[in-house]
Amino acid sequence: MFRDAWAILVKDLRIELRTRVGLWQVLPFAAISLILFSFALGPKASTLAHGAAGMTWVGVLFATFLVVGRSQSLEMGTGVSEAQRLAGVDPAGMFLGKAAAVFVQLLAIEALLGLGAKLLLHMPIERLWLLVASSVLATIGLAAVGTLYGAIVAGARARETLLPMLVLPVLVPVLISAVKCWQAASVSKGLAIGEWLSILATFAVVYLAAGIILYGQVQESQ
Amino acid sequence: MKRYGLTLTGALAAVTLALTAIFGILITPPDVTQKEYARFLYLHPPMAWVAYLAFGVAALSSILYLWPRTRRAYFDHLALAAVESGVLFTGLVLVTGSMWAEPVWGTYWVWDARLTATALMFVMFLGYLALRRMGGTTEQIARRAAIVALISSINVPLVHFSVLWWNTLHQGPSVLTPGLSSQGVHGAMAWTMLLSFVAFTSLFVWMVGRRIRLEQLRSGVGNDALNDAIAARLAEGDVVEVSA
Repeated sequence: MFRDAWAILVKDLRIELRTRVGLWQVLPFAAISLILFSFALGPKASTLAHGAAGMTWVGVLFATFLVVGRSQSLEMGTGVSEAQRLAGVDPAGMFLGKAAAVFVQLLAIEALLGLGAKLLLHMPIERLWLLVASSVLATIGLAAVGTLYGAIVAGARARETLLPMLVLPVLVPVLISAVKCWQAASVSKGLAIGEWLSILATFAVVYLAAGIILYGQVQESQ
Repeated sequence: MKRYGLTLTGALAAVTLALTAIFGILITPPDVTQKEYARFLYLHPPMAWVAYLAFGVAALSSILYLWPRTRRAYFDHLALAAVESGVLFTGLVLVTGSMWAEPVWGTYWVWDARLTATALMFVMFLGYLALRRMGGTTEQIARRAAIVALISSINVPLVHFSVLWWNTLHQGPSVLTPGLSSQGVHGAMAWTMLLSFVAFTSLFVWMVGRRIRLEQLRSGVGNDALNDAIAARLAEGDVVEVSA
């Protein structure tokens, strides 16, 4: 399973490095969403700093759809899925590999958006470890859910509109918890974060397990 | 026998719903603080119970469909029927809740844990129904839908706890608590509430039963059409074979 996952991860990342779709399309889109949110809230520094965590994570959610859509489109080429099945790629390994590739791309986007939030939205950062830990946990959840749902809708009509409709309500716990953690990371102490980190960790574990168990069934429904 | 049982359930639903309406409107007294708005107790909590029951049934039947040993079209039909009823009752829960909240809380909507979780559950299962309409073979649709129903059900407690810690205003459970009468619910009101739970649960069972029957007939029509097409194609083959 892990050998297949590694092969799929390397394949997806290599394609992304060569095509640079993430760099030229997804990242500018996420940055534009951050700037648009700033226009919507107004130029006052305190207002922007207060909403920075929320705006950043909504931007990350939007970017997730693009990254997941791109990830699934790599498998939609003629004969790709048949070739992978003939090669005996383990469905669980396939899921883990694709989710890991999505995870790496999303984490890179979050790092750049976080930098944007710090520089443009004046978000203070007091506890960097909390920012990093919550981002990693949240991104595992985003990547697992996105990969699973992306594969479910891959064979359906109008999948571009269906994916956000299915995934956005599911991702609400991640959005709430990640925003709370980022807000807590912007102050040196005081805000309780234990339950938010536990929600992020539970979400990540539950959806990784669901993906590993169900991805074979998802492939059969494509 | 099966259809007879369903008819009886429908009759039970009709009688208990009528009795709930009579008791709820004419016999039970208004509440001391909520006045006449307390009569929403006979609609809103039982509908919420049925909504959660429906999604529980959908999750269970989806597991049974996905499990190879128990995979039968019946479980797909059951999940579809339960989700359709669940979406209807969840929508009604949101509407009746807002109608009650405006005079009592002073607003139609608050970002309370249970309200928000219910609204998200409503949208998640609307997505389930949308997914079923997006094409594919019967088995593809059934399998995709079962996976989504299962994942959405797993998500309900996660959504609940996240929004619970985020913000909470909703009053505590009204019925499923020990010592119902000690909660201050008047005797007639308590019994009418319990009657309403029986009424809406039997209505749900009847609706699901009827919907399953409809889905079976619909897939039967599809199968008949397929069999006719195969027969026609085979007949063409015979002709070709004879002429050759």
